[in-house]
Amino acid sequence: MSEPLLRTENLAKRFGGIVATDDLNLGVAPGELHAVIGPNGAGKTTLIAQLSGQLRPDSGRIHFAGHDITALPMHKRSALGLARSFQITSLFLDLSVLDNVALAVQAHAGHSFRFWRDARNETDLREPARAALARVGLGAREDRPAAALSHGEHRQLELAMALAGNPRMLLLDEPMAGLGPEESARMVELLLALKKELTILLVEHDMEAVFALADRVTVLVYGRGIASGAPAAIRANKDVRDAYLGEQEATDA
Amino acid sequence: MTRASAVRIAITVALFAALALLPLYAHLTGDRFMLTLFTRIVILAIAAVSLNLILGYGGMMSFGHAAYLGIGGYAVGMLAHEGVYSGFVQWPVALAASALFALIIGALSLRTRGVYFIMITLAFAQMAYYIVAGIARYGGDDGLTIYKRSEFVAPLDLSNKVQFYYLCLLLLYGATYLVWRLVNSRFGMVVRGARSNDMRMRAIGFPTYRYRLVCFVIAGTLCGLAGALLANHNDFISPATMYWTRSGDLIIMVVLGGMASPFGPVFGAVALLVLEEFLSGITEYWQIILGPLLLLVVLFARGGIDGLLQAIGKERSA
Amino acid sequence: MTLFIEQCLNGLQFGLLLFLLAAGLTLVFGIMDLVNLAHGSLYMIGAYFAATFAAWTGSFVLGAVLALAATLLVGMVVEMIAMRRLYGRDHLDHVLGTFGLILFFDESVRLIWGPEGLSLPLPSWLNTAVQILPGIYYSSYRLAIIVVTLAVAAFLYVLVMKTRIGMLIRAGASNREMVGALGVNIKLLYTLVFGLGAALAGLAGLMQAPILTVQIGMGENILILAFVITVIGGIGSIRGALVSALLVGFIDTLGRAFFPDLLRMVLSPAAASTAAPALSSMLIYLLMAIVLVFKPEGLFSAGNR
Repeated sequence: MSEPLLRTENLAKRFGGIVATDDLNLGVAPGELHAVIGPNGAGKTTLIAQLSGQLRPDSGRIHFAGHDITALPMHKRSALGLARSFQITSLFLDLSVLDNVALAVQAHAGHSFRFWRDARNETDLREPARAALARVGLGAREDRPAAALSHGEHRQLELAMALAGNPRMLLLDEPMAGLGPEESARMVELLLALKKELTILLVEHDMEAVFALADRVTVLVYGRGIASGAPAAIRANKDVRDAYLGEQEATDA
Repeated sequence: MTRASAVRIAITVALFAALALLPLYAHLTGDRFMLTLFTRIVILAIAAVSLNLILGYGGMMSFGHAAYLGIGGYAVGMLAHEGVYSGFVQWPVALAASALFALIIGALSLRTRGVYFIMITLAFAQMAYYIVAGIARYGGDDGLTIYKRSEFVAPLDLSNKVQFYYLCLLLLYGATYLVWRLVNSRFGMVVRGARSNDMRMRAIGFPTYRYRLVCFVIAGTLCGLAGALLANHNDFISPATMYWTRSGDLIIMVVLGGMASPFGPVFGAVALLVLEEFLSGITEYWQIILGPLLLLVVLFARGGIDGLLQAIGKERSA
Repeated sequence: MTLFIEQCLNGLQFGLLLFLLAAGLTLVFGIMDLVNLAHGSLYMIGAYFAATFAAWTGSFVLGAVLALAATLLVGMVVEMIAMRRLYGRDHLDHVLGTFGLILFFDESVRLIWGPEGLSLPLPSWLNTAVQILPGIYYSSYRLAIIVVTLAVAAFLYVLVMKTRIGMLIRAGASNREMVGALGVNIKLLYTLVFGLGAALAGLAGLMQAPILTVQIGMGENILILAFVITVIGGIGSIRGALVSALLVGFIDTLGRAFFPDLLRMVLSPAAASTAAPALSSMLIYLLMAIVLVFKPEGLFSAGNR
């Protein structure tokens, strides 16, 4: 594998007696969609939190695009091109859909200490925002207050905001969470399209989606990466079946 | 433009026009008291507008905003006491002192959130109160009389009540316009986003602390201007202006008027102070009515007067 | 030296009294997530009741007990009528609503008792000096305050840590829905907790009454200190309230007593006497600022807040 775009080195995090991340070495190659799966409590959200800068790891390092970002605060990682979506919808509910994305664009555009011009009239904020909304299929809803959107549309908006800064890589935390079958299918299509332009780390429970999208899969159990490889290989891996896929099939049956 | 917003805009314009015509009314009816009352209302409206910037738009629940009224006022008072009457010196000093105080307090307080922030801003404002009350040279607890109003260039004469009223009104218009432009600018969007979802703002790349701090300083400076005006209006300044319950009065004005627009606080100041006058005419224990009334507003009319106007507008267009 | 010991004891006494007040505030915030600005009003009401009942019954102690009961009652009534509707709302709503209550209480007191204020004289058996160390005497009343507040602090500790109700209180603080789902009458629990907070405030008010005056606005003055203590100690932590109350009590008392002298050593007498009162009152705010710089959540913050 060529130099990974995102790489963790012996990453570790505990909360009291609970090990959330256990000596994790993970690498995501440029252009690939890398899925992270695992049973509940495996530490997937904690991993994303550390990668995005919301949480500090106890030990280990994180490298992105050649930089050591372990100690870098959230907003600086975003500036480097590492964008994140949230598992639980975290939007600006009292602002309009377009305002939401425009803020994300503004974050990257800089020059936010401007006190006079009406930001809602600035084309270099509005146009990229509209473009991001179009990419996720929410163009028609741009003037609605974000609170008025359905859950599925919220997930789309989440994605649009992550895309607004033209990131190099997306950290997606369960984008399918709470979506019905139609909405999930649409999200998978969307991600397939995005995959061509971006590197993606995807944390997901929805196995169908994972196997449809992922180039490589890492399985996390109790914070430890127990297997990593192509989806077919992971499916066939005995350890993985025992620890995780076994219970999935039991619940599906 | 929707029907709803038309009602709101019409009433706002009407209010601003009424304020402009007030001195004429006072002159025709010979009611000098009205002019005095409304000068005070206009000045406190400036303070309320400045508070709404951080409270309504910024989500920063500062319970120490009245401190800036005191700082601005004492800048004028202290300089006057030392024989410096020029407004060209006094007022910039008032603004600078308010800005500096806001910078220091903001830098410390904005590291906290929610309830802590409320309590800390309150405590710091009280600190200012105690400091000023402890300086005997400038009157201490009893306050400081100001024998001459701020001097500018002729023909502007602040001791002329009508001129002074129009000066204050112009500054109110200016302050409201300034806040309006501010909250719609890029800077304003960051502050509003930070109020809506601070974590998300940081996640998308904004170091929200510094934006909040700048917003806090702007609001404090604007309120310091109101303080300078107030000192001139009363020809007097005392620590009581900064007592924390006065900050509560300002918050009431903002919430009562409505926090969703820059004009709301003007409604609030007018409503509260007119209501006070009215109620105190009925009984000297009018706060017994005002207190529970406030609680009711909080429970049932949270959007304030501005919110009610929006609601009325919507019903009529439905 | 005598003066120093006396001031230390005064600091202790003041700190413990502040603790009573702050404990009530932090308890209500920690468990019901309610910011109660009217807490100071309950302090004031306790003092007013005590002065009135003591005058009626002729007995200081009886007056105090009745006042305590009355304040407890007022607290519970206020909770049922007003506070209940504020739970779960934005903190700004709490601030505004309880601020309205302050206006109401202040004015009601003025209506009932007049604007002048009252006094609460000590009975002769409390108005003596007790020898605590050879040659050093201290007011028996202030000693009584120290003893009573320590007893209350111990009572609170036992209540919160060792009893079933205390367990419910602590559980309720971390997970309201769960406790409700367990079949516990949350409404009653909250009313009782608020009443307890009110009683603590009232007790502080009535004990302080013979030393300071009983007047309208006394609640607002002391509320600031309670806030500072809560911020320094960490909201929701009774232990934090105790430590920071003592800290504030000592610094404020000793500061006012000795800081002017300290200043005089450094500055000219004229400058010192100008600056002293202002700077002495500033000391606790400086303390708060310092704590904020290093630990914005307070010294003993209760975890999830």
